[in-house]
Amino acid sequence: MIELRDVRKAFNQGQHNEYWALSGISLAIEAKQVTALRGPSGSGKTTLLTLIGCLARPTSGRVTLHGRDISGLPERFLTDIRRKTFGFVFQQFNLIKGLSAIENVMLPAYPTGRPHRELAARAEALLERLRLAHRRDARVEWLSGGEQQRVAIARALINDPEVLIADEPTANLDTALAKEFMAILESFGAEGRTVILTSHDPLVVESAAVNRVVDMRDGLLVAP
Amino acid sequence: MNAWFTKQRRLIDFTLASLLRRKGRNLGLLAVYALLVFVLASAMLYAHALRREAAIILEGAPEVVLQRLVAGRHDLIPPGHLERIGRVRGVQEMRGRLWGYYYDPVVKANYTFLVPPDNGIAKGTLVVGPALARERGMSENTGISFRSYSGELFSFVVADVLPQASELASADLVLINEEDFRAFFAYPAGHYTDIALSVANPAEVRNIAIKLSKQLPDSRPILREEMQRTYASLFDWREGIMLALLSASILAFAILAWEKASGLSADEKREIGILKAIGWETGDVIKMKLWEGGLISLTAFLLGFVGAYLHVFKFGAPLFAPVLKGWAVLYPRFDLVPVIDGLQVATLFFFTVFPYMAAVLVPIWRAAVTDPDAVMRS
Repeated sequence: MIELRDVRKAFNQGQHNEYWALSGISLAIEAKQVTALRGPSGSGKTTLLTLIGCLARPTSGRVTLHGRDISGLPERFLTDIRRKTFGFVFQQFNLIKGLSAIENVMLPAYPTGRPHRELAARAEALLERLRLAHRRDARVEWLSGGEQQRVAIARALINDPEVLIADEPTANLDTALAKEFMAILESFGAEGRTVILTSHDPLVVESAAVNRVVDMRDGLLVAP
Repeated sequence: MNAWFTKQRRLIDFTLASLLRRKGRNLGLLAVYALLVFVLASAMLYAHALRREAAIILEGAPEVVLQRLVAGRHDLIPPGHLERIGRVRGVQEMRGRLWGYYYDPVVKANYTFLVPPDNGIAKGTLVVGPALARERGMSENTGISFRSYSGELFSFVVADVLPQASELASADLVLINEEDFRAFFAYPAGHYTDIALSVANPAEVRNIAIKLSKQLPDSRPILREEMQRTYASLFDWREGIMLALLSASILAFAILAWEKASGLSADEKREIGILKAIGWETGDVIKMKLWEGGLISLTAFLLGFVGAYLHVFKFGAPLFAPVLKGWAVLYPRFDLVPVIDGLQVATLFFFTVFPYMAAVLVPIWRAAVTDPDAVMRS
């Protein structure tokens, strides 16, 4: 489904502080699988995730989605693909403070111009599924860490993306909440959604919900 | 099209929610912004209405007034002067006028004594302006005495008080009988203050003025259009002085607005990053922020302008009347006819809303074009 061919990514290229986060990654990610990118800090996991999720473009190499090269697309097209194909759960959740849980969930769908009633129904169904219906009107800063993460998951699913991307999803959660997240992840796997996540938490990478673990170090894949 | 409208509605919804989230800051900005529009619009509306009022009043004035000059100063029209002018082609009517100023030490104000053209005031009576009647507590059939410049005391009975609607022109006016006028001011018989000429064809006014100047080199013709221009420039000047005095506050607002609009807080930058990461285009973020700027500036403009309209036309502009109206002692009380000049509104709109929107746009554009992956690294 997603294929990366000799992908490299440099930051501050040509400057004294030039840094290569990825130094030639070739990888194929299958659809309807849960894939975990594992590695220590600075190994390039998050950078790889941003390239896969169309948040950034590689410095060199190719990224293809369903056989279509997306590495050189202009920002507008990348945004369109990102909105339709990917849902993101960030490490810090990145919810918008001051807005309610349901408003945060609906945010990614605002630029699509979908009718409000349809959107609200979908958001409510997602909150219901994630056992957050009773907190729908609560401002996100009043929610617990676990609740905030579930709002972030609901937000990632509002546009019904094919791929869910989660960056260090359990980094800010205690064991109980991390297990809760894995249960949700398992349900996504069961319904055939593609999930790509980064983690170095054994609870995640050793979970039965994860179909494949890709190891990374120093911007390169590590052979299993 | 429907999706486009729905999208705009959602963007506005989000904008309103954003504005409410920063209630304190935005309400403060809105209040200062609306106050500025209020002040500028009040000055503009009031000065414009005064100019119009003056123009309406002067419409009834004679087309040409002829004054005699001695050593460059206004002097009385001697007997026989009217006859010297003789018949000028194009002049419909020509008559000598009698008027003068009287300083009343009781209220420390100057009155204008005038003999009406038809001399329709009965001897021993006066018709007074409403401001004067108010100051001296006069009403119909009240007796009043004035000491003339010669020291002699003259007593009159007030026959009538002029209507308040005419107050801009008649606040300090006293209509008096000709005989009484001449006696009160010791005005020599046969002399007049000036000569009023009415001309039927407006295109002929200048030619007639030139003829009069040639015929009577010791006299100066004053055209009605010159008077209108003088009044207009007087009110322009006053408006200008006021706006100059207000320029400090305008500048203060400009700095505040620029600072508020152009400086994005760290929170706002983070939000823009999140919106981009979750699928908003750069254009969507810019549109949303433009809606935000537009809502603030339009609301402030509307509030300020409606406030200014009520201030000027409903409450008589208590804040600016003393400066703009500029009457010496007897302040006229009158209701201005509500009048709005479209060009003036457009100018005010352009100079208040446009710079704010520009101030909003530049930093948002800069923040909105940043890479969305930055949010992953925050």
